[in-house]
Amino acid sequence: MIDERFDAIVVGAGMAGNAAAYTMASRGLKVLQLERGEYSGSKNVQGAILYADMMEKIIPDFREDAPLERHLIEQRFWMMGENSHTGLHYRSDDFNEEKPNRYTIIRAQFDKWFSSKVREAGALVVCETTVTELVQDAYGKVIGVKTDRGGGQIHADVVVLAEGVTGLLGARAGLRKIPKPTEVALAVKEMHFMPQEVIEQRFNVKGNEGAVIEAAGTISEGMTGMGFLYTNRECVSVGIGCLVSDFQKSGESPYTLLEKFKRHPSIAPLLEGSEVKEYAAHLIPEGGFKSIPQLYGEGWVVVGDAAQLNNAIHREGSNLAMTSGRIAGEAIFQVKSRKDPMTASNLSLYKKMLDDSFVIKDLKKYKDMPQLLHIQSQNFFLTYPQLVNKAMQNFVRVDGTPKKEKEKMTVKSFTSARSWAGLFGDAFKLARAWR
Amino acid sequence: MATETAFRVEDKLFQNRYLVDAGRAHIKVRPHTTPSAALRTLLTTCPARCYELNDKGQVEITADGCVECGTCRIIGEPTGDIEWNYPRGGYGVLFKFG
Repeated sequence: MIDERFDAIVVGAGMAGNAAAYTMASRGLKVLQLERGEYSGSKNVQGAILYADMMEKIIPDFREDAPLERHLIEQRFWMMGENSHTGLHYRSDDFNEEKPNRYTIIRAQFDKWFSSKVREAGALVVCETTVTELVQDAYGKVIGVKTDRGGGQIHADVVVLAEGVTGLLGARAGLRKIPKPTEVALAVKEMHFMPQEVIEQRFNVKGNEGAVIEAAGTISEGMTGMGFLYTNRECVSVGIGCLVSDFQKSGESPYTLLEKFKRHPSIAPLLEGSEVKEYAAHLIPEGGFKSIPQLYGEGWVVVGDAAQLNNAIHREGSNLAMTSGRIAGEAIFQVKSRKDPMTASNLSLYKKMLDDSFVIKDLKKYKDMPQLLHIQSQNFFLTYPQLVNKAMQNFVRVDGTPKKEKEKMTVKSFTSARSWAGLFGDAFKLARAWR
Repeated sequence: MATETAFRVEDKLFQNRYLVDAGRAHIKVRPHTTPSAALRTLLTTCPARCYELNDKGQVEITADGCVECGTCRIIGEPTGDIEWNYPRGGYGVLFKFG
């Protein structure tokens, strides 16, 4: 199919792959990018929030023509009870700035745009082509790929594995392990369309302003999980995700969970009368720092979701993906500029640069968090949200009970559901994992 | 209840665009007489409800509505219960929004 030899082959055209391909091609490297979808974006699924700062580091003026939905001015965290929620909202007019910090995006559209920039930068982008195998020489060095288009091997000095959370190539070549059910969450999502004015009224926004709701509590039935509502221009993305290991244990179905979430009395009025136009599902890396695999080797690097680079606490995935892709591209460019070979020791520069970035620093900060939340999911995702909602109802309902008795009832509901030792223990463990 | 759920999932998948690679299923279930624990899990965990029990009590897959999330691979590939590949380039689910 393709006889030429490339400086780099990028497998995958999601955020990480596009960032890597763009970074290398715009610095003059000869880049081939292979994508199995009909275009970049057609296989990619995200909530989705774009973090402007990380995008600016790749394409500084992306706001000029990138398809952006709404810039976010309000963040709502909802702790869900059965028929209630207790919310923490942050809204600020500061977010109505000249260069907003966060936008909602629709991945199929955004990625198509990003891919057009990759092509403009000079990379050869070939879609509808699934890479089936990494080609290794007798010493195990990766020297190219094989695709399902036939035509034998395509060679390059280095292969950038941006193949996503379920990437097959790296795992099959023994470069990393397939993620365990405890290391990935399964999220399902629907796109609910409604007129722009309706979204603006229901979410108290105007123009291009947007709001986000992130919800945890009884909606996940005691599993480690989270629901979300993101406002786009003419639709709302609604979804819920839980750890695959928890789905396995509970026997719950993701679509049943989504239906229940949509019917929650706090959520249903926001979606009323909408038209659903798509149902998607995707895995999210949740293992954190301790699940990051070997990031480089002889003739290869791995970036983005494939490398488990996701900050589950702050729900940041695509910015870690694009940042790791950019840094890998920069590191490869440096090695190439020195006319050095793409050996593991030279490519270790990628890991060194990534270690110095917020990507690894943030993941390190929360390294104990996944374990704590996964093991204690019943407490953190069911018992505490129930207790908090009960306490709030007790606090706001006026029924002639003396306030002192009300307070006693609240304290008692906490200590009987979870002992003092349990409460202090959880608070201590949470604080330590946060630090 | 079960049929109600099945109907709803199919309804959801009906919104999606697919290009089905007829005769080339990208996921295969290992032949078995009694399904393993992992296979039985897939009956409830697959978000597209691609896995179902046949009359003989064996787990079967119809991958036409697959949304390519990879959950069944995470559960069933290490145990050898399923063989999982991506569809050929250009085939499978075609997300309009993602």
